[in-house]
Amino acid sequence: MLRYVFRRLLTAIPTLFVIVTVAFFLIRVAPGGPFNQERGLSPEIRANLEAQFGLNDPLWLQYVHYLGNLLRGSFGPSYNLPDFTVTELFAKGLPISVQIGTSALVLALLLGSILGTIAALNQNKLADYSVIALATAGSTIPTFVTAPVIQLVFGLSWKLLPIGGWGDGALINKVGPVLTLALPQIAIVARLMRGSMIESLRSHHIRTARALGLSDWSVVVKHALRGAVLPIVSFTGPAAAALLTGSIIVETIFSIPGVGRYFVDAALNRDYTLVMGTVVVIALFTIVFNLIVDLLYAVVDPRVRYD
Amino acid sequence: MGTADMTAPETILSVKDLRVRFQTLDGTVEAVKGINIKVNAGETVAVVGESGSGKSQTMMAAMSLLSSNGEATGQVDYRGRNLLEMTKSELNKVRGRKISMIFQEPMTSLDPLYTIGNQLMEPIRRHRGLSAPAAREEALKLLRLVHIPDPERRMKSYPHEMSGGQRQRVMIAMALANDPDILIADEPTTALDVTIQAQILMLLAELQRKLGMAIVFITHDLGIVRRFADRVYVMRQGEVVEEGQAEALFANPQHAYTRMLLAAEPTGSKAPPPANSPVLLEGRNVEVVFKIGGGFLGGEPLMLRAVDKISVRLKRNQTIGIVGESGSGKSTLGRALLRLLPSDGVIRFGDRDISEADRQAMRPLRRELQLVFQDPFGSLSPRMTVGQVITEGLLVHEPSLTGKQRDQRAVEALREVGLDPNARNRYPHEFSGGQRQRIAIARAMILMPKVVVLDEPTSALDRSVQKQIVELLRKLQADHELSYLFISHDLAVVRAMADYIIVMKQGKIVEEGPTQEIFDNPREAYTQTLMNAAIDSTRFRISA
Repeated sequence: MLRYVFRRLLTAIPTLFVIVTVAFFLIRVAPGGPFNQERGLSPEIRANLEAQFGLNDPLWLQYVHYLGNLLRGSFGPSYNLPDFTVTELFAKGLPISVQIGTSALVLALLLGSILGTIAALNQNKLADYSVIALATAGSTIPTFVTAPVIQLVFGLSWKLLPIGGWGDGALINKVGPVLTLALPQIAIVARLMRGSMIESLRSHHIRTARALGLSDWSVVVKHALRGAVLPIVSFTGPAAAALLTGSIIVETIFSIPGVGRYFVDAALNRDYTLVMGTVVVIALFTIVFNLIVDLLYAVVDPRVRYD
Repeated sequence: MGTADMTAPETILSVKDLRVRFQTLDGTVEAVKGINIKVNAGETVAVVGESGSGKSQTMMAAMSLLSSNGEATGQVDYRGRNLLEMTKSELNKVRGRKISMIFQEPMTSLDPLYTIGNQLMEPIRRHRGLSAPAAREEALKLLRLVHIPDPERRMKSYPHEMSGGQRQRVMIAMALANDPDILIADEPTTALDVTIQAQILMLLAELQRKLGMAIVFITHDLGIVRRFADRVYVMRQGEVVEEGQAEALFANPQHAYTRMLLAAEPTGSKAPPPANSPVLLEGRNVEVVFKIGGGFLGGEPLMLRAVDKISVRLKRNQTIGIVGESGSGKSTLGRALLRLLPSDGVIRFGDRDISEADRQAMRPLRRELQLVFQDPFGSLSPRMTVGQVITEGLLVHEPSLTGKQRDQRAVEALREVGLDPNARNRYPHEFSGGQRQRIAIARAMILMPKVVVLDEPTSALDRSVQKQIVELLRKLQADHELSYLFISHDLAVVRAMADYIIVMKQGKIVEEGPTQEIFDNPREAYTQTLMNAAIDSTRFRISA
């Protein structure tokens, strides 16, 4: 098992290298540069800035420098927020995004699994149709619609929640963004769970359990659910990587100072170092969560062994 | 095997006017149409029939195990109480305790995520309320009872670590955990190899002697019925067409359907080809090795020798039967000889060495080397019409044909396999298993092949349909001087089809020779075991 983990982490190195390389050159292909947008910047100052950040060097040399810095753990300074290094930006924003993302993920997994299981146990009955309708709504209504609606209803009309802001991480400030982020995920998990639970309930060993006169609880929870949970486990890896690295829509609408905005903002402003930082962070999250999921898989299913 | 008290047999289970209906997209289907069956204490009752006869659904209904679109009406009385009217908690005091059931699918009937011990202890604890250590002792006892070697270690095993035969033993142990009155065995040996089948049947007989429960055998295999059953019910299309004591029923079957079932064993034999018949397909020291695992940073792979230096010479108009249990390498050998798998050794087709031929070079030869698979459901594309399915090969091998000519060939091929030519405008799912296998054969025959590898072509079919397919294959062989490589685990069918037999085990040839010789004087111990295990289902053939 340990050997497997070690091997997986080892293979992550070339993967990361390829991602970094492709991302580095891709963003440079885009026209413009970090200091183009700033109007009123005299050509001399711009030239000075570019020289200071080494942007006049040949591209390959910049690439080598970047790799070198990366190996030393430095993402470099942000071009557009020159008072901060990329590392500082992440140190501030990432914990916030991770908090919101984790809460949304846990909520989605719990609620989605329960809804999906209820639907599967009542296949083609009212409860099932209600869950399907909810799931369809949840995955079709975009977050930029649900977020303002939550602000309007819970914030403006009922005054139960603040309309936005982080409030230094007060619980009440998290409810809106977490809910917005979780809703589509709940829908996805519910649909996945319903499907795999229906299949699981039809399997031969469930028939055996029933023929042995085992209780409904044992049949459903011990025997059917454990098998049905496997697709959810697979889903959790990429979902966690996506949710924990922040959402631009949710963070913008609720004015949350997370890192979700960085990817888009940085890309638009050609803030090369911040783009690269975001790429590396998302890649790392993806790699780590996929590894965790694969290990979890082996915990749930004894047929999966990594040695 | 039953030792029922003949003076006063107590009826413990009686099925009265049972009807089972399923709501399907095509409307209501009545699978069981008002049948009556009774089971006395300690006796063995067989419910016999072909697929679709309703034999399984009868017992599923009794156990409330019908799928959600099924509904049962009538009465299933267990010691005077109607099981169909019980609440779930009442029912769960009977299921697994008084009446238990084992199934056809030993590979999937155990929960893959829990250990054998865990699964064995669960029904014991539930029904008898024992503590975990006491239930563990009971579970160990049960594993010993069903002759699982090293039971202490096996308690910690997962189902995937056991063979099909062992899993079926575990299933039996679970079913017998609470000393039930009735054990319902739904085709308990059908999915197992013949030698394992015999062991499981022996085990059931032994356990019945020890424990005295009644057994209800649901089966299509008349050999089992003949050997084990006290009484028999013959079912067809949801009705019981004949019932009676086993002896009497076999000696003097009343209903035409029963007589048909009894005569449905494939009969006859095949004469060897003339001595000067040329060798068409030859393999010399054919070897197939599968690499398991390994790869990037993966360490040493495991090498599995599926076919271990085997030589075969198939003459024109000859049928070689390749016999062996699952995992013996017989299918792999067939595929290797057709160059569908990479292999070592020499393979010759006619006067050409095709050992090194790549896909490109093999393509023109493919029309002469055809393959028919076991699964008549999975091997036909569901999205193509039968006409498209069977003429697809012509597009590759005879591209000059016009659409009209292809259609004409399809008509001829379908006629040849005994199907209505109009079938070509329909889709595979509209046909029964036997008809689909005819379609698969037509697909091979339309190319006018010389050699056909038949990989278990009859194994998924009912006996009566098997016999028809065997006869069709024989007729085609006679008409076109075909050579067959007939791969099967079913000795009755092989005996009727092949003039030469190769017995395989673990990738090696155990014994080979003319069919008659192998059946009359098997030299090797393994062949003898195989024969003995199979003999019971072939011996009872009665003269009609």
